[in-house]
Amino acid sequence: MAAYESVRNAVAGLSAAKAGLASRLWPATAKMATGDEHPRTAPLSIHDMTVAYHRKPVLWDVDFDAPQGKLIGIIGPNGAGKSTLIKAAMDLVPKVSGRVLIYGKPYAKQRHLVGYVPQRESVDWDFPVSALDVVTMGRYGKIGWCRPVTRKHREAAMEALQRVGMADYAGRQISQLSGGQQQRVFFARALVQDASLYFMDEPFAGVDAATEKAIVALLQELRRAGKTVLVVHHDLQTVSEYFDHLIMLNMRIVAAGPTQDVFTRDNLHRTYGGRLTLLDEAAQAIAQTGGGP
Amino acid sequence: MTWTTADTWIVVAGALTAASCALLGNYLVLRRMSMMGDAISHAVLPGLAVAFVLTGSRANLPMFVGAAVVGVLTAMLTQSIHSLGQVEQSASMGVVFTLLFAVGLVLMELWARHVDLDPGCVLFGAIELVALDTTVRLAGLDVPWAVVTLAGMFAVNTAFVLLFYKELKISSFDPKLSTTLGINANLMHYLLMGLVAATSVACFPIVGSILVIAMLIVPPAAAHLLTDRLSTMIVLSVALAGASAVLGHLGAVTVPGWFGFRDTSIAGMMAVAAGAILTIAILFAPRHGIVSRALHRVRLTLQVAQEDALGLLYRVEEMPSPRPPVAVPALRQALALGPLTARATLAGLVRSGKVEWGGQGYRLTERGRDDARRMVRAHRLWESYLVQFMGLPPDHVHSAAMRLEHVTDPAMQRQLADRTEQPQRDPHGMSIPPAD
Repeated sequence: MAAYESVRNAVAGLSAAKAGLASRLWPATAKMATGDEHPRTAPLSIHDMTVAYHRKPVLWDVDFDAPQGKLIGIIGPNGAGKSTLIKAAMDLVPKVSGRVLIYGKPYAKQRHLVGYVPQRESVDWDFPVSALDVVTMGRYGKIGWCRPVTRKHREAAMEALQRVGMADYAGRQISQLSGGQQQRVFFARALVQDASLYFMDEPFAGVDAATEKAIVALLQELRRAGKTVLVVHHDLQTVSEYFDHLIMLNMRIVAAGPTQDVFTRDNLHRTYGGRLTLLDEAAQAIAQTGGGP
Repeated sequence: MTWTTADTWIVVAGALTAASCALLGNYLVLRRMSMMGDAISHAVLPGLAVAFVLTGSRANLPMFVGAAVVGVLTAMLTQSIHSLGQVEQSASMGVVFTLLFAVGLVLMELWARHVDLDPGCVLFGAIELVALDTTVRLAGLDVPWAVVTLAGMFAVNTAFVLLFYKELKISSFDPKLSTTLGINANLMHYLLMGLVAATSVACFPIVGSILVIAMLIVPPAAAHLLTDRLSTMIVLSVALAGASAVLGHLGAVTVPGWFGFRDTSIAGMMAVAAGAILTIAILFAPRHGIVSRALHRVRLTLQVAQEDALGLLYRVEEMPSPRPPVAVPALRQALALGPLTARATLAGLVRSGKVEWGGQGYRLTERGRDDARRMVRAHRLWESYLVQFMGLPPDHVHSAAMRLEHVTDPAMQRQLADRTEQPQRDPHGMSIPPAD
């Protein structure tokens, strides 16, 4: 723990300069937040969160409330801290400062309400487990320590595999699945978690068109069931089609709100900086959807 | 040779050691931290020294506790040096265990000079002497203490793996998700490392550190090659570990005799037996083995050659007479096959009744002609498709179609025909055979 203390101290030094610098760099979004303005019942409410790896700040002063029952996209360039944002919200990486509440209570008390789909590359697909085994893992939290997996749980997992169209592959060792199939298995695992708030880290990365369509349909199903889903996303072309809400992130929140309000050329420019190819893509995306000025 | 009670106890002790190590080793192998076993089995030394000084005895319990504490410490230090110093995991492991081993040596030198610590004993153990240990009477048998200790360790490890089966599985496969579900992956990691340390302490006075390290890794690695199920892998690793102990002991008393020596290190031979088992697994494992993969490749090559030969015979039938006879030389030349492959190809086709010898050359049977027509149809449809949709010139599509025809199933063939609007002739003007 001493390790984190030293990082914390290092960043505390930065913090003093931070407020002033931040207001100069991002005048539009800089505000003095006390934490009282957050609604107590939001599925996710992040107050003033700062995260650093090795003394280098990755997220600065992130302040965000997730509206209930929406699909929320998180976009931003590589290294913008998109994955870190959701990991910090689930206490997977330590925060330097700030506070996260899930439905008004700290994460540790609410973990049963939170589902997670990690990046596909984060696990070893040669691991000797079947697709059904992986989906069943979504239930482990509910089963409890040292209790065996029962048929009831395996049936729930099978049902989830059915929902993602993977029932025929239940017994396959997971390295024998294509990238899209692996992602569906991960999605099925999130379904059996039966959470109210979901974090998904690039569920569309490297999947085939059919899988992408299937996942979008499932996301909309989750929304209809009143779930709130935060999705780290890369493809600017599909942003307005898939997401009701948007977080545009580049170390701090550049803009957040309903997609039609914040997905503008101006905000994209501020999020992605001078990356021309991406900006062209963005301009095209806006032209297609007829979004903002 | 004659089999004595001593032999039995040696094999039992070896098998219990091997199985205790292999149980935990599965998770080291699957977490891709095989070297952790090596690191921990060295790093426990200061823990043993401190435990000895505090309690003034070499009793088991304090030794296990001391070892477990240092085992966890090794894992923690490795993790913090890895993340804080931004060095590779294995490099940080290397730093930690050499440092702790050195500290252990200094402590021993300072506080415990009179304790006998023979380097040979540490490396190879003294499994030969198991039966000479003081015994305890259990169920009518005089069981050596070492065997009782090892049986206890095996029981503890078995209970750990059974009780935490699900927790070990998820924290090894997906530590992040595991932690979000309330199964703290770090906690599981440290529990595992503590137990690895205790196991290596229980085992190495008897079999030596080399065998401990080998048994932590080799049987699980072999088992992983043989199965795709975690539960099977664990059971298999224990069975292979036991087999290595038995084969190792038999080898140690018999093999040296063939070369005129009396016998050799039993622990060493057990490690050799485990290595031999791993070698066999690497060669012959059903899916991942080198031999099975080579066989699979040969079968695939033959299948492609057979399909090509059918196509060739069909095209020869299309020629106006007099048609050239197709025998082995013509086939070799047309399909660029080696002499062995060509013969195997034709023999296979004759065996399956698709081709028969017609006096001067081979010809298609009714069955063979059906297959051949499908192949040629796929080939010519692909040629049409490649010319129409990829804009390739007609003289560039043959070799591509040659490869594609082998992976075209009936459904794909129908799609191809639809896209190319059911052509009657391919880009070279050859007629496309009808579908079935």
